[in-house]
Amino acid sequence: MIVKFIDFLRDRLTLVIRCCIGVLALLVLWDALFVSKEHAHTMVEHIPGFWSLFGFAACVIIIIGSKWYGHQGIMTREDYYDD
Amino acid sequence: MTDLWIHPSLILILGALVLQITPKAMRKAVLIAVPVLAFLDVLSMQGHFGVYGQARFLDWTLTFGRVDGLSMVFAYIMTLMCIIGTIYGLHVENTWEHLAAWIYVAGSLGVIFCGDYLVLFLFWELMAFSSVFLVWFRGRKESLATGYRYLLVHTAGGLMLLAGLVLRYQATGGDISFGPIGVGDPHLYTWLIMAGFILNAAVPPLHAWLPDAYGEATVSGAVFMCAFTTKTAVYALARGFAGMEILVPLGVCMALYGVVYAVLENDARRLLAYHIISQVGYMVAGVGLGSQMAINGACAHAFAHILYKGLLFMGCGSVLQMTGKSKFTELGGLYKKMPRAFLFTLIGGLSISAFPLFSGFVSKSMIVAAGFEQHNLWAAFLLMLASAGTFLHTGLKVPYYIWFGKNNCSKETWEKAKDPPLNMQAAMLIASFLCIFIGCYTPYLYDMLPYPDVAAQYHPYDTYHLSETLQILLFTALGFFLLLKKLTPEAVISLDMDWFYRMGGRAFFWLARKPIQSADDTVSEAYNTIGLIPLMKTSRFWSWFDWNILDGVIDGTARGVRETGGVLRGAQAGRLQYNIILMLAVVAVVLVVLAAA
Repeated sequence: MIVKFIDFLRDRLTLVIRCCIGVLALLVLWDALFVSKEHAHTMVEHIPGFWSLFGFAACVIIIIGSKWYGHQGIMTREDYYDD
Repeated sequence: MTDLWIHPSLILILGALVLQITPKAMRKAVLIAVPVLAFLDVLSMQGHFGVYGQARFLDWTLTFGRVDGLSMVFAYIMTLMCIIGTIYGLHVENTWEHLAAWIYVAGSLGVIFCGDYLVLFLFWELMAFSSVFLVWFRGRKESLATGYRYLLVHTAGGLMLLAGLVLRYQATGGDISFGPIGVGDPHLYTWLIMAGFILNAAVPPLHAWLPDAYGEATVSGAVFMCAFTTKTAVYALARGFAGMEILVPLGVCMALYGVVYAVLENDARRLLAYHIISQVGYMVAGVGLGSQMAINGACAHAFAHILYKGLLFMGCGSVLQMTGKSKFTELGGLYKKMPRAFLFTLIGGLSISAFPLFSGFVSKSMIVAAGFEQHNLWAAFLLMLASAGTFLHTGLKVPYYIWFGKNNCSKETWEKAKDPPLNMQAAMLIASFLCIFIGCYTPYLYDMLPYPDVAAQYHPYDTYHLSETLQILLFTALGFFLLLKKLTPEAVISLDMDWFYRMGGRAFFWLARKPIQSADDTVSEAYNTIGLIPLMKTSRFWSWFDWNILDGVIDGTARGVRETGGVLRGAQAGRLQYNIILMLAVVAVVLVVLAAA
């Protein structure tokens, strides 16, 4: 059943991707128009879609920053300790 | 509950011994019954807070059973995890592995219920010395070395703890009680005890033992290990060091450190291990914040973490169990072969990522909210950043590169891959159910926390928090798919702090082999030429003097003695083993004579 469902989605990959983008857009709209910001802790959080930007930026910074760090000699061959 | 208080560790230790003599047909029944009994024992303590199991030993009163809100929430989840872990490992034939696992849990429970540092130290060491077998039982060539490294690091941590408690004993005039240590006025012993605790909590730079050992442990051993050592340390910190400010930056560093290394990691179980460091970072920061809400958050997150991290290790463990592989560069596309393992791992991944309706959502947010409430903004924002990283790896990278992505499986791996045995699936099903149940029905967890009144005031499901979390997570997912190429796993390892003691050990051997050995050789050589040769010459002279002058004078006495010696030597059998046999025979005869007499 699980496999059939996954295959069903994979067969309609373009549609799935479009739906996901639609969900993202709706989420930002919802945040901008309907979500009350009274529980916000700081001023920056009042910017519409602030956390979307934060999430995306966090993801990019983590991937690029970590890979850069890894390629400074931290990532090394698998048999490094075998000698 | 009557006055009779039974320590759950006792049930597990006795159970582990009984298991060794149980016939094979009955073994599974015992394997289920013993952890269930321990769990029921803990359940029977609910609502009966107090101090039990006190014993006099020399000058001290040892406390084995302090039952209160803080100890109960940890004891509850640990005995529950013991049931789940044992079900997961039900197929394991080696009863010694079960024994090691149960004694390890017993060590954890001993620390959780203890009321003084002596008992704490005893159980602390029991944990290290039993869990190391869960690494050794993997049986690979690397397992032995990894186990020894694990043991050495924990012994060093144990020594720091011991030094701290001895100094504290002296400074306080004989106080061994284990409670809030006085974080406002730290002494040397405060730092030493804290160092012992944070080593077990895997706070960088004292963390490298964790991915090293958990990546190498047996499939079911790792499920136990991921739950107990670090969370027992979180308990100890929450008990003794609540409000210790240095723990906030340390916790935030942990949360980010784990995330960075998880990007680089190619081994699924080591990636999960790095995320333990990251998640325990939230708990450590919570303890450092120290408010009632933060301590609640640390406990709630430890509770949720034990379940979802166990679930994740079970999911990736099933892949290792079935295919023998745990590296992303040797896996991929397995959803057709192992769909259930995928589903369970995904539930674990969504829980750790704090998706709404999953357990992490109701626990992690409590710590971050406490940070914001105490105006510790940078800590709160950095923890939010780390939570994006958590979803990135555990929610997306792990499922994607094992079950989807490029199929890197060899023909053999692909053929072997299928969903694991039913007992492993059952354990994952129970853990999955609990992850979702905790996320959906918050009073189950919140009522158990040390400050239930404060917890009841906290409502994770408000619109703002939902919007905030969904935005972070879904836009992280967008970033993941846009940067998918960057994340392609590479068949490498990442150097971490263990480099210092692994290479340090080698440097020591090199020192021993090269400079010290050659210095020794040079000294011997010099001794031969400068010391020995003149000495030989001198002794030859004295020998000549003795033989020709003295002996000549004293009428050949020396020659006489030599001849006598020769005769005596002839009388002896001359060989060592004959002498030993002869001696044994004499002893045997003496014994027989004595016995007869």
